[in-house]
Amino acid sequence: MPTDTIEREIVIAAPVERVWEIVTEPEHMGRWFGDAGAEREGDVIRMRWEEHGEAELRIVRSERPSAFAYRWDANVGGIGDTLVEFTLAPEGDGTRLRVVESGFASLATSADEQERLREGNVGGWAHELGDLERYAATVAV
Amino acid sequence: MTEDVFTALADPTRRTILDLLASHGHGTATTLAAALPVSRPAVIKHLAVLDRAGLVAARRHGREVRFVVQSAPLLQTAAWMARLAAEWDARLAAVKALAETASGESSPAG
Repeated sequence: MPTDTIEREIVIAAPVERVWEIVTEPEHMGRWFGDAGAEREGDVIRMRWEEHGEAELRIVRSERPSAFAYRWDANVGGIGDTLVEFTLAPEGDGTRLRVVESGFASLATSADEQERLREGNVGGWAHELGDLERYAATVAV
Repeated sequence: MTEDVFTALADPTRRTILDLLASHGHGTATTLAAALPVSRPAVIKHLAVLDRAGLVAARRHGREVRFVVQSAPLLQTAAWMARLAAEWDARLAAVKALAETASGESSPAG
C-alpha cells in the first residue's frame, strides 16, 4: 500500500551537537538546503535558491540537540504544507540523522475528504505496507 | 494531480476497488458492490473520486459502464515521491559532508 511519507537517514562521523548546528542554523542551511542563503526571524526561516526563489520554513519543534521540525510548502506550492522532522541520535562517536517528510495525503483535500480522514478512514494506511512504487506495479495494467 | 491520488488512495474501500479492477481487468458498479460490503451508490461515489484522480477510466459496453485501472497517475506519483526522496538523500549527504569537515577543523561546540 502506498505511503505519503518519505523517510531517509544517514550516519555522520560528527557529534550530535555539530550535526544539530549544521541542520538548524541558517548559515549552514543556506548551503546544504538552499543554495543562496537563509535567514531566521523568530520561528520562521526564509530559504533562498538561485533558480527556485524562496520558501518559508515555519519551525514547529526545536529540542536541541535531538529534534527539529518545520512545515513548508515548497514541494507543492500553494496547496498546503508538508511536515519535515529531523531526529538526531548519538551512534558510537557519530550521529544518526533521520528525516521524515509527511503530509502529502492531506494536501489540497476538500472539506468532506478531510472530515473522512479525521473520522479514521485513513487510519494507519500510511503504515500498512510497502511503498507506492510497489503498489503501482501491482495494479499496473 | 498527485495530491488527488493520495486522497483517493487514503480510503481502504477505494484501494480495494482498485485491487478488484486490477485483478479482474475491469468491473462495473454492480459487480464491485457485490464484492464489497458497501452499497452500489457508495461504490459509484468512490469510483467518482478515483476518476477525478485519474486512477480509473469508464468505458461503455452496451448498457454497461465498465471501469478499468489507469496506472499512469500511480506511476507518476511514485516517481514524484522517489524524486523527493532522492533530494533528501542529496541534502543529507551535504549535511554529512559539512559536519564531518567542520568537526575535524573546529573546536567542539560549547
